[in-house]
Formats: sequence, structure tokens, C-alpha cells
Amino acid sequence: MTGEMLTQRNLLSIEDLGRDGILEILHESETFVEVASRRMPKVPALRGKTIATVFFEKSTRTRLSFEMAAKRLSADTLSVDISSSSVSKGESLRDTLETVDALGVDAIVIRHQSSGAAVLASRWVQACVVNAGDGQHEHPTQALLDAFTLRDAIRRSRGVSAEDLSGSQVTIVGDIRHSRVARSNVLALSALGARITLVAPRDFLPVSVEGWPIEKVTEDLDSVLESADVCYLLRIQRERMADAGLSDLREYRRTFGLTVERAQRLAPHALIMHPGPLNRGVEIDSQVADGPNSLIRAQVRNGVPVRMAVLFHLLGASREATEDIGNRRG
Amino acid sequence: MAEPREIIIKGATLVESNLERRADVHVVGEHIANVAVDLEVPSRVLVLDGSGCYLMPAFVDLHTHLREPGGERAETVTSGSRAAALGGYRCVVAMPNTIPAIDSAAMVEYLRALCIDTLCEVGISAAITVGRLGERLVPIREIAEHGVRIFTDDGRGVQDDELMAEALRVGRELGVVIAQHCENEVHAHGGQMHEGRWSSALGIPGQPSSAEEVMVARDLALVRDLDASMHFLHLSTEGAIELVRRAKADGLLITAEATPHHLSLTHAEVATFDARFKVNPPLRTARDVLAVRAGVADHTIDAIATDHAPHSPETKDEPFECAPPGMIGLETAFSVAYGELVARANLRVPGDLESPTIKIADLVALFSTNPARIAGVASAGPPLIATGNRADLVVFDPSERWNVRLEDIASRSQNTPFAHLDLTGRVRHTLYRGEPVVIDATAQR
Repeated sequence: MTGEMLTQRNLLSIEDLGRDGILEILHESETFVEVASRRMPKVPALRGKTIATVFFEKSTRTRLSFEMAAKRLSADTLSVDISSSSVSKGESLRDTLETVDALGVDAIVIRHQSSGAAVLASRWVQACVVNAGDGQHEHPTQALLDAFTLRDAIRRSRGVSAEDLSGSQVTIVGDIRHSRVARSNVLALSALGARITLVAPRDFLPVSVEGWPIEKVTEDLDSVLESADVCYLLRIQRERMADAGLSDLREYRRTFGLTVERAQRLAPHALIMHPGPLNRGVEIDSQVADGPNSLIRAQVRNGVPVRMAVLFHLLGASREATEDIGNRRG
Repeated sequence: MAEPREIIIKGATLVESNLERRADVHVVGEHIANVAVDLEVPSRVLVLDGSGCYLMPAFVDLHTHLREPGGERAETVTSGSRAAALGGYRCVVAMPNTIPAIDSAAMVEYLRALCIDTLCEVGISAAITVGRLGERLVPIREIAEHGVRIFTDDGRGVQDDELMAEALRVGRELGVVIAQHCENEVHAHGGQMHEGRWSSALGIPGQPSSAEEVMVARDLALVRDLDASMHFLHLSTEGAIELVRRAKADGLLITAEATPHHLSLTHAEVATFDARFKVNPPLRTARDVLAVRAGVADHTIDAIATDHAPHSPETKDEPFECAPPGMIGLETAFSVAYGELVARANLRVPGDLESPTIKIADLVALFSTNPARIAGVASAGPPLIATGNRADLVVFDPSERWNVRLEDIASRSQNTPFAHLDLTGRVRHTLYRGEPVVIDATAQR
């Protein structure tokens, strides 16, 4: 398996990984969680490598956690600020990426507002490409950190060393049609054995779910609350309300928000997830987001070790680098 | 004075309407001098080998974007006409969505002045509305007096009901063709590909089939009410084909075209995120592809038209959602149609084998006689390949497998969805007004 993984150069979609690749990254993530707990939370695994973050869209947590992950692996980082770059002078995406590539970077972490931008980037540049979100298509590192967080929580609550998410009923609620987080999570969580239910107003559901590895699609959140082991909420955008035939955010909350009242109807063990940023009081009430069953903080926290694992997986999976991690251990 | 040029095409099978026969064709100057079996070859005559090939009346494309003026980076009248000649065309109708649009008699004359020394005839069409803005009609009568026969806002549909009704009334009065790009912009809601399985999986905004069908339905109602006639451009959905089929059965005076790509490719191609597969109307489902083929087979579709839409490389080298829609098609159209509909080669669409096969003579109707009639450039005949007629001829080798190599493309743009694919059958020679503009698949100027 490792030999096969070594040939992988990009992370564009969860489909690039498959179940084995996902498990390998989750396994590596555990190592990096341990690294984070050290007094000196840094390893020389990617010393001498340069990682560029090229974000064409606003982002706080994704960009910060990629940069922190790179720094903890001792890689040098470059960050292209699009507002002050040549893009504002009309430079094409391809020229911008080829310029960054020509500098000799080892990896380009790209976020772009158009679906498929990372796939195209991987055809244009020599560097490894990591998709940090492309339009409404995919956000694979978010799904990996979600899978990691969820598996970790299940292991803790059950006290067993579950390898995957088999048997878990994951209910994803929100604007699934326009969500790259939902697309990546459906692929990743189902690959790990989770059974997935999608819940949304009809116009927030994909036009077609043909080929989607899901169990159920419904417009009725209340009917699936009790069976959910995990309730994964997506951010709702005010400007999309009209598309879904909803008058305002309040109406959304009334039917699809995880309110305090709805949360009480969840099973006691049910876990709450959200990729952030939160719209408190819309898709989720504050008391639920901050409650004992919420994994939202853990999701953010795990962003760093999981992205370390991804970068290490693509750039550093040589024996030398592996020893660099091990040498510091203990 | 120099002797007129003489050419003999030897050993080909002549195909037109329901006729197939072996004969040699002797061309002197611009015209066919003789059609007979085993013609003797005088020494001064250029001989073009037609053995194993079909000899047909050269093609007419109802739907070509030559991009001049304004889009010369992507195509010019000269480069486009060369691509057309290589595809076997003797006439292409240039779409009016240039910059500025062809929306006045002055623009018609400006474009006509550019069309000199082309390798095929360029038919000039004009917009229906000024600037293609859909707000007020162009001076259709005046423009028609300058020889324009086809009016269209192609690239955009005429959205306003009353404006379209008015255009149809004028069209009926003048006997010109009003051609509609069938897309209701409200229903299309900015979709960049067909709305369905693949748009959902890829996260690309889609436009539903209804965007096309709503427009076809409205226009059919107008044609019926006004007792007018109309041409439907590039139909792509099962529902649209069925609407036109029924309207024809009811006796409406309508014609319709379909493109080679809509009868050979599906929206699954978009999974590559390659903007070469972005086109409007979009590539649709396998079911729609089969419906287009059925429409071709039962004469719901009168003509196969390329919608040759060149775009310079940098504009297609963008994310799918940012790139302009359109594919080039002149150089591959007949091979694609032959491979898919006659030879049953190149099959890429699920369910292909269930669609009906047509004959080579049917393709002649779809590529030559029907579009020539619609464009108003029909020659005397039948038979078209006869002594005294103008020598606009194409020799097609059905057995040649060839690879679509980008470096061989004569168009200034390379946005073909068939790049690197093997196609079955190739245009070998094209004669335009007796001039061998293409010999052995090579443009002569």
C-alpha cells in the first residue's frame, strides 16, 4: 500500500485517495497529533521544501492551518495574496500558477472560486497540488479532518479502536447543492463505512444524486433526528435563501436549524459537527454548538495535524523523512 | 488566354439523394464537363484518385462562427474557410455575433468585402435584433435587400415574445429565414453545463433541458399562430426534438439542425473539467444523444450543422465556469457524423447500438442538399453531379482512420472535443468552383 501511495502527487479530490489512502492519512495524522503535544511541536520532515498557499478566495482557518502545518513540518512557506498580486492586473489563473511554480516550490495549496480549478492547476504545474477548496466541487482536507475527528470521537466514546466509521449514521444538513464540504464528506465518510443521509430544502439538494454513495435524501429533518449518530451542519448563506424558496434565515432555522429543542431529540451519544464559520442562531444554536457533544472545536484543532499528514504524504514520504519524525519521538 | 483547368476524379462512387453509382467526373474550369464510367485521361489533366471513395456534392454549413470582425485571434474568414474546405464544405453561413455584430446593411457589406479569395463561399447572416441585445429589430428589409437570407441572434435566444413575433411576421413577408438559438435565459439561470448527474457531482451550475424546450415550445406556438416559418438551431434535448417532430407532423413550416457533438458526446466529458467540452447548448445525457440521432434518422432534423465556434487557447485555458462556450467542428464534422451514424465506429455513448443507422445518401441530404436549400444556395438538380453544373465536389474516403492532431488543424483555434481521437472516414479532396482547394486532405492555399 505504501508503495502505491508514494506515487501520488496531488490531492484534488477524495476520489484520488480511496479508502486505503484515507486510512493512511488518518494514521499519519495520529503521529502528528502526538507531535503537537510535544514541548517542541515541530519535526524536520519537510526541511528544505517550500509550500505556497495560493488563495483566490477569502479564508481564515484553512489558510492558517495549512501554513501552520507546513511550518511544523519545517517547510518554508510562501503565501500569495491575490488582492496585491498580478491577478488584479488581469493575469490568468494559469499564468499566476506557472509563475509560482517557476519559483521552484514543491507544493501549491490552492483555493479558487471555480469548480475544477485545482484539477487544472495539477495539469499546469510541476509542483504537487493540494485542493484547499474549488468552487462547489470539493474540499478534501476538510473531509479528511472531519473523518479524523469523527473517528477519534467514536474511539473515545466507545473505548474501542474502531478502524473506520462502519455503522455510523451521518446526517448532513444544509445547502448541499452548493457545498464543496458536503461533496468531499459524502465521499470520504462513505468510503469509511458511514451511512449517509442528506437533509435540505429541495432546492438545496443536488439536482441529481445518481452515483452518490448515500443511503437517503429527505426534506424532513425531524424525521431523521432520532436515528442520527452524527449531525453535520453546513453553513447557510443569506443570499441563497430566495433560491430555496425561503423568505429569510429565520424560516430556515425553523425547519432546518439544529435548535436547542431539536438537539434534545437527538440520541444522547449523537455528535455535532460543522465546518465553520458558524452562523449561530441560524443553522445551529449557540448552546448546541458549544455543548458537550459538539466536535466543532476539535475539527478546527485537528486541521493542523491532518494537513501535516497530507503535506507529508505528498511531499515527504521518503524513508529519510520518516526517520526525521521518529528520531524526535520519546 | 490560358487553358481552363481540367481535372478528372477517377474511380469514385457517386452519391446523391438515393443514387449510388460508379463513375468518373471530368471538370473543366468551374463546371462539370462529363460524368461517365472509365473516362479516358488526356495528358494535361490533373487526376484525383477516388478509388474506394464516395464522391458527393460538397457540403453547406448553416452554422459557422468565422469571428471576423473582432475575434481575429480565434479565427478569420480566410482560416475558417480553409478549415471548411478541409471538411468538404463549399459554403458556410457566417454567424453574425461578431464584434460589432452584423446588424446593418453597412456591416453586411463590410463583411462581404472581407470575404475575398476564400476557399469556400461565405454566406452572410445578420442579427435579428440590434447589437443582439434583444431590444429592437434590425432593419430586416434593408438587410435582406443586401442578399442576406438568414437572420439570427445566435449565442442568445430572442427572449421577448412580441419581438420574436414581429421578426417572424417580417420573415414571412420577405421569405427570409428566422433562426432561433433556443435558450430561455430565465430557465437557464446562468448554468454552465447540462443540469443533471454530472453538474451535481462536479459542483458546476447547470442549465436544465427545460431552458431549451420552453423556447422551442414558445416559438412553435408563434409559428403556428402567425403561419410563419422558422429554423431551429442546434437542438440538443429529447424534449425539443419531440416538440419539433410533432410540429412537423402538424405541417408547420419549420426546419431544424443538430450538431456533430450533440450526436456523439455526453455531459460525462465535463468530468475532466476541460473547457473544450463547454458548449452552448451544453453536452447532454446519453438519452438526449440517442434522441438527436433518432431525430436525424426520421428527418425531424433537416441538417447537421457544425456550430464551429473557435476560441483562442488562452480563453479555453481557464476554469470551466470562466471559459467561453463553443467547439470547432468544420474539419471533423462529416467524419464524426459518418462514424457515428453510418459506419457505427467511434461509439462512445451508452446505448449507441440501439440507435438507427442511416445511409451515406442520407448524410448527403443532411450535409449538402437540405442545408443548401435552407441557406438559399441550392444548385440546379437533381442530379447535382451532372454535366453543366458547377463543380463543387467532395471526395470522402470511408476507410481511412485518422487521428485528430492539433498541429494539423487549419482553424486558428484548437478547441476541438475530438483532439487526439481516431475518427473513421476522411475528406480526401474538395473542389470549389472547379478549383481543387483540398487534395489528399491538404489545403492547396
